[in-house]
Amino acid sequence: MTPSPFAMTGGRVRLDGREVLAGVDLSVGAGDVLALTGPNGSGKSTLVRALLGLLPLSGGRTEIYGRIPSRFRDWGRIGYVPQRLPMGGGVPATVREVVASGRTARQSRWRPASAADRAAVDHAIEAVGLTGRARDSAHLLSGGQQQRVLIARALAGEPDAIVMDEPNAGVDAGNQEALARTLGTLTGEGRTVLLVLHELGPLEPLITRTVRLEGGRIAAETRLRTAPRAAEQTAGSPA
Amino acid sequence: MSDVLSYDFMRIALAMAVLIGLTAPAIGTFIVQRKLSLLGDGIGHIALTGIGLGLLTGTSPILGALVVTVLGALAIELLRARSRSGGDVALALLFYGGLAGGALLTQAQSGGSSLQSYLFGSISSVTMGDLYVVAGLAVAVLAIVVVFGRDLFLLCQDEELARAAGLRVRFLSVLIAVTAAVTVVIAMRAVGLLLVGALMIIPVAAAQQLARGFRATMLTAMVIGVLSAVSGLLSSFQYDLQPGPSIVLLALAVFLAAVVAGAALRRRRAVVTRPGPGRAADGDPGAAVETAPGTTGGAAARARVEPEAEVLGG
Repeated sequence: MTPSPFAMTGGRVRLDGREVLAGVDLSVGAGDVLALTGPNGSGKSTLVRALLGLLPLSGGRTEIYGRIPSRFRDWGRIGYVPQRLPMGGGVPATVREVVASGRTARQSRWRPASAADRAAVDHAIEAVGLTGRARDSAHLLSGGQQQRVLIARALAGEPDAIVMDEPNAGVDAGNQEALARTLGTLTGEGRTVLLVLHELGPLEPLITRTVRLEGGRIAAETRLRTAPRAAEQTAGSPA
Repeated sequence: MSDVLSYDFMRIALAMAVLIGLTAPAIGTFIVQRKLSLLGDGIGHIALTGIGLGLLTGTSPILGALVVTVLGALAIELLRARSRSGGDVALALLFYGGLAGGALLTQAQSGGSSLQSYLFGSISSVTMGDLYVVAGLAVAVLAIVVVFGRDLFLLCQDEELARAAGLRVRFLSVLIAVTAAVTVVIAMRAVGLLLVGALMIIPVAAAQQLARGFRATMLTAMVIGVLSAVSGLLSSFQYDLQPGPSIVLLALAVFLAAVVAGAALRRRRAVVTRPGPGRAADGDPGAAVETAPGTTGGAAARARVEPEAEVLGG
């Protein structure tokens, strides 16, 4: 059997001397749509970032597709959607440029973008309905639209597993339902989705498992339904 | 003005101005995006120590500056990555140390006059040999921008996203700092160490008023960089002024013009992109899908949500 997208055993993370994750065992199976819930400061974002190898563990072990993050090479299989569009020093970037940056892991540094690269970027922008805005500056869009740019960015890499940190924070109801539709398409294709959520909201029908964190520990875990295509996903090939 | 080219030193100086105008804004675009706008300035201070060492040991000041700035850039990157808040102070210490060290070393060698020429530039004293070195360095900088552009773009947008894409963040951070150091060395003969950062930042600041994308910003900044470097050099020749300050003041003038033009441009775009509620659907199937009118909210509120919500889906 192929290794699961994310697997953590006894994961501990210390930030500024405080233990934010205090021994977490969590395995995200292929095809899972897992919602990570819990109060503010319970360690949701920390857990997600530790699973991605963005934060070092102070104890325990975590693996991405069977490899520890520093040994993992196949980053094209992972799509990460952060909470906010990073603006940095304010050099503008078009929607298309931001979305295209999601393909970096799949591209060779020595070759210009191929037709397949461009098609994937076009497709991702279309999937979130921003085709007409592709040449506009991303930071001038509304909050909900920026969120969609970030989702398209992750989609452009054609990942097998998508990780989203609070995709519904500060997004109006219409956009939340639109996100639910996009996610529905993704999970229908058998992709693995890991979401940090405050409340399930319109995403509830898609979610297969919820894990509730409290004080850096898993407090409750519920399986709502079986993963839609867990069986077919074991081949692990990108769409 | 055509007689300008009959002078050998002016031909060399003009070639140099073009190289500086191209390279400094190219790397500068990444530096501005990374919120390190004063990096070039700091490296310029450190370069002075290198020049002092080069003069003192009788080797080329350019090579001395190259070695010391690259080391300084590595130190800066190390400090930046290691410390969250103290990095600012650590950088300042490095900058002042570089300036003071350079001032002492150059004074020990030859008195104040040559120091002045490095602080504010003296492009007319550049030799053909210098030009070859600078041209080589410029090719290296532009090659790095072309080959690593995609990676650097992602890094400068967000380090965490870059890491989650499997990029070697530390290597790329060092690459940016070192490339900036090389650029400082390229530009120092013309505009001087105290103004070297200006050509990395001002053209970019001007370009981001006008452009909508990252690549467009970089290319516009390079055009502005070449224009201000060449015209600054020519006017300094014409009116017998120092080239460095002339170039920088011209770039600032372009920046001011860009602020005015940019404001007008944005106003016009805002009118064009918002033609009212009946704007053309983005040609995607989701356009027909409507938000379920289950919740509350008057028609006006829904009309505001729909143009955003309608396009996602299927």
